[in-house]
Amino acid sequence: MSHPATDNRQPTHTPVGLIAFAWTLVGVPLAYGLYNTVKAATALFGG
Amino acid sequence: MAVPSFLARDRIVARPGFNRWLIPPAALAVHLCIGQAYATSVYKTALVEHFDSTLTAIGIIFSIAIVMLGVSAALFGTWVDRNGPRAAMFTSACFWVTGFLVGGLGIETGQLWLLYFGYGFLGGIGLGIGYISPVSTLIKWFPDRPGLATGMAIMGFGGGALIASPLSRQLMNYYDPTYDGTAGTVPNGEAVAALFFTLAAVYLVFMMFGAFIVRVPADDWRPDGFDPSSVKKKALVTTENVSANNAIKTPQFWLLWTVLFCNVTAGIGILEQAAPMIQDFFRNGETSTVAAATAAGFVGLLSLFNMAGRFVWSSTSDFIGRKPIYMVYLGVGMVLYVILATLGSTATWIFVLTAAIIISFYGGGFATVPAYLRDLFGTYQVGAIHGRLLTAWAAAGVAGPLIVNGVLDTQGTPGQLVAANYRPALFIMVGLLAVGFVANLLIRPVAAKWFEPKATDPATARANPERSAAR
Repeated sequence: MSHPATDNRQPTHTPVGLIAFAWTLVGVPLAYGLYNTVKAATALFGG
Repeated sequence: MAVPSFLARDRIVARPGFNRWLIPPAALAVHLCIGQAYATSVYKTALVEHFDSTLTAIGIIFSIAIVMLGVSAALFGTWVDRNGPRAAMFTSACFWVTGFLVGGLGIETGQLWLLYFGYGFLGGIGLGIGYISPVSTLIKWFPDRPGLATGMAIMGFGGGALIASPLSRQLMNYYDPTYDGTAGTVPNGEAVAALFFTLAAVYLVFMMFGAFIVRVPADDWRPDGFDPSSVKKKALVTTENVSANNAIKTPQFWLLWTVLFCNVTAGIGILEQAAPMIQDFFRNGETSTVAAATAAGFVGLLSLFNMAGRFVWSSTSDFIGRKPIYMVYLGVGMVLYVILATLGSTATWIFVLTAAIIISFYGGGFATVPAYLRDLFGTYQVGAIHGRLLTAWAAAGVAGPLIVNGVLDTQGTPGQLVAANYRPALFIMVGLLAVGFVANLLIRPVAAKWFEPKATDPATARANPERSAAR
C-alpha cells in the first residue's frame, strides 16, 4: 500500500487478520450502539 | 517533556508495506471511549439522589470536563504533535481511566468534590488529549482524503455516546436489579460507582489497544498513485507548513475559530433542549401531543444524525472543498433555522427533518475542521493548531445553553412553553450562523510570511518545534 521513495528499512506486511480484528473490535460496539439508538428512535415514528 | 522509549514517535514509524487501514480503528478505539462524555445524562438523576444534591451541582461535572477538554487540547497540542499518537493515546487513557476510578471512589465515599476532580478535571484532560491525538496522524496517513480520515475518527466521538448510554443502563441494571431503565426507576449510588469502575477497565483495554497498534508514516511516504503536487491545484490548500504559534497570529485562524464557535453554538441550542423542545412545539394547553417516549426517540434520532453528519459531510468536503461545505453548514443552516422557527410547529415531520439536518451540520462542522486546518496551515503542527481551535467548542458550550436558557427564562415556565417562545432564541441562532457565514467567506490563503523554512526537514522540525515562534 505504501510507496516510499527512499526508505531502505525492511518492508513489512500487515496481516489481514489483524486489520479485520481491529475493525471488528471497534465495529461490534458501534453496531450495538447503533442498534439500541435506532430502536429508541422508532418510538418517534410508532408513537 | 521526554516520554518512555516504548511510547516515542521514532519507535512507531511504519515500515514500507504497512497497511494504513489499521489506523482508523486505532483512532476509533480512543474516540469511541472518550465519546462517553456525551452520555452522562444516563446517571445524572442517580447522582442527584445519591449526593442529595441538585441537577446544577451535578451538571458542573460535565462542564468541568468540557472546559478541561478545551484547555488541555490547547495546552498539550504541541506536545502531542512532538511525541506522536502513541504517547498521546497512552496519556489520554491514563487520565481518562484514572478520572473514572477517582470519580467512582468519590461516589462510593459520598464525596462530590472527588467526582469533580476525577471525572471533571482528570477525565477532562484525558478527553482533550484523546480528542486531538489521532487526528493529525490520520491526516498524514490519508493526504488524498483528509476529510474522510478525520470524519472517521470524529464520528467515533459521536458513536461513543451511542454505545455508552445503553451499556450504562444495562450495567446499572446488573448492579442494581431494582433499576430497569424505565422512567421512575433510579439506580443507587453503589451501582453508579460500580459502573464507573467497570467502564474504567473496559476503556483501559480499548484505548491501550489503539495506542499500541497506531503508527505514523515515514516522512517521505505517500499512498500509491497520490501526487502531492495535485493538492496545490485546489483553492486554499497549501503544501507549505505553519507552526501552531504562528497560526494563532493569522486572521485565518480566528476566522475559523468564529466559524466553529457559531456552528457549534447553533447546534448546541437544539441539542440541549431537544426533548422538551419537541414537546413544547406541539403543546396544546397543558399537554403535548408528543409523548415523553417519542421525545426520547427524537433525541436518539438526533444522535444518529450527529454521528452520520460527521462522516458523510466531512467525506463530502474532500470533493467539494472545505470552504463550500461550511457555506452549506452555515447558509443552509440559516434557512433551516428559519423554517424551524416559522413552520416547525405545523407538522412533526417538518420539525424532525429540519432539526435532524441542522444537527448533522453540527457534527459535520466538528469533523471537517481538522481538514480545513490542514488545508490552510499544512500538516506540520495541525494537531496543536486543532487543539487551540477547540477553545471555540468550550466557549460555545457555555454560550449555547446560556442563550437558549436565558431566552426561555424570559418567555415563561418550563412545561408551559410553546413554539412561539422559542422563536427569539432560534432567530438569535440565525444571526450567529450569518456571522459564521461571513467569517467563512473572508477566509483567504495564509500569507507566505508565516510558512516554515523549506530547508528544514520534518524530523528537524519536530526536534525544534518552536524555531519560528519568534517571528
